[in-house]
Amino acid sequence: MVNELRGKAAIVGVGQAGLGKAEGFSEVEILAEAARRAVADAGLTMADIDGITTASVTAPMWAMLVIEYLGLNTKFIDSTMLGGASFVAHMFPAIHALHSGQCNAVLVCYGSTQRTSSVDRATIAQVRRSFDPQPYEYPYNPLNPLSTYALAAARHMHEYGTTRDQLTDVVLAARSWAQLNPEALRRQPLSRAEVEGSKMISDPLTVADCCLVNDGAGAYVMVRADRARDLPQKPTYVLGAATHVWGRQGSSLPSLTETAAKVSGERAFSMAGVTARDIDVAELYDAFSINTILFLEDLGFCPKGEGGRFVSDGAIEPGGDLPVNTNGGGLSCIHPGMYGIFITIEAVRQLRGDRGDGQVDGAELALVHGNGGTLSSQSTAILGAESTL
Amino acid sequence: METGPQAKYFSLLAEGRFKIQECKSCGTCVFYPRVFCPDCGSDRLEWFVPAGKATVYSTTVVRRDPEKGGDYNVALVDLVEGPRMMTCIKGITPNKVQIGMEVEFHSIDAETHDAVYFQPAGDA
Repeated sequence: MVNELRGKAAIVGVGQAGLGKAEGFSEVEILAEAARRAVADAGLTMADIDGITTASVTAPMWAMLVIEYLGLNTKFIDSTMLGGASFVAHMFPAIHALHSGQCNAVLVCYGSTQRTSSVDRATIAQVRRSFDPQPYEYPYNPLNPLSTYALAAARHMHEYGTTRDQLTDVVLAARSWAQLNPEALRRQPLSRAEVEGSKMISDPLTVADCCLVNDGAGAYVMVRADRARDLPQKPTYVLGAATHVWGRQGSSLPSLTETAAKVSGERAFSMAGVTARDIDVAELYDAFSINTILFLEDLGFCPKGEGGRFVSDGAIEPGGDLPVNTNGGGLSCIHPGMYGIFITIEAVRQLRGDRGDGQVDGAELALVHGNGGTLSSQSTAILGAESTL
Repeated sequence: METGPQAKYFSLLAEGRFKIQECKSCGTCVFYPRVFCPDCGSDRLEWFVPAGKATVYSTTVVRRDPEKGGDYNVALVDLVEGPRMMTCIKGITPNKVQIGMEVEFHSIDAETHDAVYFQPAGDA
């Protein structure tokens, strides 16, 4: 049974590379550097890695290249591409592979140079029209992914009275956390007036409501819990993990104000045997400001429709009741195309007590929530320190 | 030549006809076109002309420089038959489109034949 996998695997190493601008480096090069750091952090060598999960925004045969480049001999390979949520979604199959004995150490890794690459996002969007057609949406020229999140925000405002001010609260909270993180790429002070005066892109979302576009690579290493205890770092145990998808396109999702995070969250909480009230720190994939509000609701941190009011009370800011996106989020820390690996790394650092000025005191239980596409894929993981086993 | 439902949909648009599917097993109206009903699994899907009436589920204005054509509307509308679809609302300033607004069929894109537009109801 799924619940028997609670706490059976742990994240024992994390690494990042090429954060911001990786001028002169390729995607696989910064991925390899992040992987090397994660494996070293775990107290292992690349020869110990016998399982891999990875995914690329653009390259469909990415896993083979990564295996080749890193010189791996892997018995477990998963390259499921669920957009930004992928590297949270990879956790569950990795637990299975470790628990069954298929492999002993899984490397989860990602790298993107979308900021400095000669292939810009407009070109990728153009190629995607041919290679990944959405013939019932493309003719209307939604500025996707942004426009679908804008449609979700507009609908959430209509149904629940969520305000522009509350979206701004999300943006400002992320920036406050970023100011406590030396790795965050946007740390300069930000005012409410600056957010509200920023350029409208797709109403009601402005450029300030959108995540950063940078380069960056991240990696983490998972092993079975019994082995984790013998490795140098404090293990981060995976207590629960689940992924759910209701559809890919905004026009085909049953709702834009309630996401499949409701289901992935319920399943992950059930496996972990904890509730939203037990969570010390939450890393919620904030590609856009509305995401934080949607996921606070869908994951049960507040009732449906109350997300706007929840964030307006300062609850998610540093010093608030529920620390959210403690690295500064996709909005102010980093977002290289797909961000799921970075929220996982941030949660691990919080549970290790390694986060310096941004450390949440006594953090023992973290929730990581990944989102992909246009609110399309939802992956929730509950991570815990030794005390939560 | 027999084609899949996608090619059929677009060839109907090219002939000036906007049609969607109805499942003859469970009665669900289906959009976008499928090879079987996503609700019940039956392949007894038949094409029909919808009433052309819908309600705006959500709306956004994509901002674009005037020299590139200016701002435009992107909306999701719920057809009275049930399905939701993406569209652009024509015949109204993009930012005047409201959630809950009643809209009706306006046109099929005259050049590309791949898009179905709506307009505020009663303005025809």
